[in-house]
Amino acid sequence: MARLNVNPTRMELRRLKNRLKTAVRGHKLLKDKSDETIRQFMIYIKENKRLREELETKLSDSLRSFLLAGSVTTSQVLEEAVAMPAFNLELTTGESNIMSVMVPTIQVKEGDKTNLYPYSFAAVSAELDDSIKNLSDLIADLVHLAEVEKTCNMLADEIEKNRRRVNALEYVMIPQLEETIKYITMKLDENERAATTRLMKVKTVIQQ
Amino acid sequence: MLNNKIAVIGDKDSILAFKAVGADVFSVKDKFDAEETVKRLARTYAVIFISEDIAAQIEEITDRYKSRPFPAVIPIPTASGSTGYGMSGIGKNVEKAIGSDILNKK
Repeated sequence: MARLNVNPTRMELRRLKNRLKTAVRGHKLLKDKSDETIRQFMIYIKENKRLREELETKLSDSLRSFLLAGSVTTSQVLEEAVAMPAFNLELTTGESNIMSVMVPTIQVKEGDKTNLYPYSFAAVSAELDDSIKNLSDLIADLVHLAEVEKTCNMLADEIEKNRRRVNALEYVMIPQLEETIKYITMKLDENERAATTRLMKVKTVIQQ
Repeated sequence: MLNNKIAVIGDKDSILAFKAVGADVFSVKDKFDAEETVKRLARTYAVIFISEDIAAQIEEITDRYKSRPFPAVIPIPTASGSTGYGMSGIGKNVEKAIGSDILNKK
C-alpha cells in the first residue's frame, strides 16, 4: 500500500495520528450501522416476500374473475359500467426514518365504502360485483406491499453504499494512514540516532 | 407535486378492474409509450403499479426511482398469472444488500 506523500515531521505525525483515530472510529460506527441495517432489511425483505407471494396469487385470481365476469357483457357496457368510479382512492403518505434512510409510509385513507359499485345492477353480471369487492379489499394490502417493497429497495441501496464506505476505510484509508505513520516514526527515530552519533563523534573530537 | 393517489399502468384488460376501485389508470401501447407514461406519472403519483410484462421491458426507467421515497413503482401480476418478475426483484434486492440471494436458495 502506498504511503501518503507528506513531510516526515512531528506535526504531520500528530495530524495523521488524529486522522487515523477518526478513521478507526468511523469504521467501527459504519460497520455497526451496516449490521443493524442488514438486520432491519432482513425483517422487511421476509415480509416483502410473504406479501408478494400471497398477493400475486390473490391479485391474478381477482383480475381473472373480473375478466370472466366482464366477458358475459359487451366491452362497451363494461367500460361504461366502470367509467365513473364511485369513489377515489386516497392515500396518506409520509416518511419515516430507518437507520437514517428516509423511507415512505403509505396508507389508504379509509373512505366510505358503502357504495362500492358505480354502475346499475341491471347492466352487468353479479360476478362483477364480487370481483370488484375482492379487488377493493386487496387494495390496502397492495399499498402495504408497495410500502414494504419500496423500503426494501431503499435499504438495499443504502446497505450497498455503506458497504463501500466501510471497505474504503478498512482496506484503503486505514492501511495508508498506518503505513505513513510508521514511515514518519522511523524517519524521526533515524534522525534522532543520527543526532546522537554526531554528538558522540563531536565529543571525542573535542576531547582529543 | 404528490397527489397521494394510485396510478396503474397496464394493458387495457387488466386496468379496467382497477378503474372500478378508484385508481387512476393508464393504458399503454408499447415500450416507448410506457416509458413516457412512467416518467410523466412519477412526478405526481405516490404509488405506481405496473403490470409485470410492461415493467420488465422498461427496467432501466423503473430502476431510476428505486433510491427515492416516492414514487413507489411496483410490478403487479396480470390476469394471466405471475411471470415471476416481481419475485426476481426481491431476489435482486437481497443480492444487492447481502451479496447472495439467501431467500430463494434452499
